[in-house]
Amino acid sequence: MTLFSLSRFGAVLFKEFVQMRRDHLTFAMMIGIPIVQLLIFGFAINTDPRNLPTLVELNDPSPVARAVISGMDTSEYFAFHGFVFGPEDGDRALRDGSANFVVVIPPDFERDILRGLAPEILVAADASDPTAVGSAVAALGGIVDRAIAQNLGGPLAKIAPGAPPFSVVVHKQFNPEGKTATNIVPGLLAIILAMTMVMITAVAIVREIERGTMEALIATPVRPTEVMLGKILPYVAVGYIQTLVFLVAAKLLFDVPFNGSRLAFFVGFNLYIVVNLALGFLISTLVRTQMQAMQASFFLILPTILLSGFMFPFAGMPGWAQTIGTAIPATHFLRLVRKVMLKGAEIVDIVDDLSAIALIGGVIFLIALMRYRQTLD
Amino acid sequence: MTGAAVSVKGLTKAFGGTVVVDAIDMEVPEGAIYGFLGPNGSGKTTTIRLMCGLLTPDAGEGRTLGFDIRTDARKIKENVGYMTQKFSLYGDLTIRENLDFMARMYRLPNRREVVDSTLRELGLEGRGNQLAGTLSGGWKQRLALAAAMQHKPRLLLLDEPTAGVDPKARRDFWDEIRRLSKQGVTVLVSTHYMDEAVQCDYIAYIAYGKKLIDGPAREIPARIGLTTWRVDGPDLIELEDALLADPRVEQVARFGAQLHVSSTDAAGLDAMIAEWKTRNGSHHWEKKEAELEEAFIYLMATAADNYGLGGGRA
Repeated sequence: MTLFSLSRFGAVLFKEFVQMRRDHLTFAMMIGIPIVQLLIFGFAINTDPRNLPTLVELNDPSPVARAVISGMDTSEYFAFHGFVFGPEDGDRALRDGSANFVVVIPPDFERDILRGLAPEILVAADASDPTAVGSAVAALGGIVDRAIAQNLGGPLAKIAPGAPPFSVVVHKQFNPEGKTATNIVPGLLAIILAMTMVMITAVAIVREIERGTMEALIATPVRPTEVMLGKILPYVAVGYIQTLVFLVAAKLLFDVPFNGSRLAFFVGFNLYIVVNLALGFLISTLVRTQMQAMQASFFLILPTILLSGFMFPFAGMPGWAQTIGTAIPATHFLRLVRKVMLKGAEIVDIVDDLSAIALIGGVIFLIALMRYRQTLD
Repeated sequence: MTGAAVSVKGLTKAFGGTVVVDAIDMEVPEGAIYGFLGPNGSGKTTTIRLMCGLLTPDAGEGRTLGFDIRTDARKIKENVGYMTQKFSLYGDLTIRENLDFMARMYRLPNRREVVDSTLRELGLEGRGNQLAGTLSGGWKQRLALAAAMQHKPRLLLLDEPTAGVDPKARRDFWDEIRRLSKQGVTVLVSTHYMDEAVQCDYIAYIAYGKKLIDGPAREIPARIGLTTWRVDGPDLIELEDALLADPRVEQVARFGAQLHVSSTDAAGLDAMIAEWKTRNGSHHWEKKEAELEEAFIYLMATAADNYGLGGGRA
């Protein structure tokens, strides 16, 4: 009697590959999901939008007022679509969504400036979507200052705002252009792997139980470790293929840099794949049908996307949400990938993330093993 | 080893508080074809799973091929061929791949030759590359049986192997079982079908997880103690209704153009038939020995379907 038979393990492994190859839909999904997600998330999502539709209520057609408006227009954040006449017009445009901004230049704007009365420009923004208008609002002050300063030359220079007694220098590190894709794409690897690895493993194991083949299988002398390793390893290979597709696309399509240590990345993604497979294995011990396995995987994917820091900044979440997020393996892998790819991290920089993933994985593995039964009880 | 291929005592198993197998004692003699009968949900499948070590009993003990069912499950698995009720091979693998996979599970030497000869015996030489899922129901069962026999087990456990298979395929399947039995393989087969039950050397009947009766097939009718009369003549349908209305008749079964009228109350039945003969001379009555058919119908009628409508297997 042997503890582990390579021949039986190899047989299970081979069978799994053959089945995978014949199941065109699943196979297409394994390769299709990463590509489609990369294209959607990488190309479609932009958290720093430009050219937002803007209307102007121009009550003072003076050169300075026009300079302010053209300054905003050239900043790329604002795209002037026309004029409104009176506050009702402006409110309506904001309400029906035809404009994100209404800029109100008060009457006698230029004259009041010259008299030193500090007139106010009102910018009404549609803040129902803070992300959409946020960066434009942040940029606004500087744009207006500059536009006015340029117009107050010669004898008027004395009223131009003077240079502040200090200056703030912002150094945008790791993603100087603030490109969304640079942030989203590395994080996407965590999501893609979590989505497909968990689901595919759970479904592959439950399928045997649902079709009744598992009963025949465990009625043979095969050992549980032979079955489990044989069933799971092919999906590790799938994870490798997905990661390769991802890396190529990140480089060629999105020009995402890879600054850090390849070894750190390799260690990290292997560990992450194994943890996700263990999670899929755990799900398979909790459900009875492929449909339930599917549903459970989808149930898990939602917090993974929302609470891991993939979509929204982790630091911005309330404490309880951060606690849940910390228990999700994707949270740590996401940090790891961003660190390695964007920040040039070496293996010493990701030890925390690796240990967190390993710890979560260990817990999952323990529960899964306790749930797994070789007999059918 | 002589005597019993399977011997269990007081075997008990409960799932979530429901006792599915309740203190079952059974002896399957070496070399026999042993029929395991009972309605849906009576615990047949669970008993078979307990015998081959797939389930651990809550109470009771037993030996299969001399190995303890609690501690030697692995040795049992190596020497037993088990065929589940559902088609349990891979529909998306070819016939050859399935046979090869099972051969590898048992780590058989000369795998290629074993698989080739299995294909030859099945008469499927030319179709080794066909997907197993595309076979008809009868062929699937024959393939599953062949796969379960490749490692030459001494004991074959068949769980309702012919459920949902057409009559011709069922006959072929039973020819195969008898052929294996002649080679010395002990066969334990669970079934619903009466015509299959009569082909067994031994029979056990269980209901509600309890064994009602077991023994050599030919002794079963006598043990139940049925008296049976055979009657033929005109208007059998009306006659059947009239006879069933009489409390002294326990069972009326139709066999072709005859009715078999049975009861465990021999004197009562004889008296009633004497009355009938004087009242209506158009029927021909004849006393016969109760056979397994009557006994089996009697057992089925008294045990009904265990879990009501669902007929759930456990």
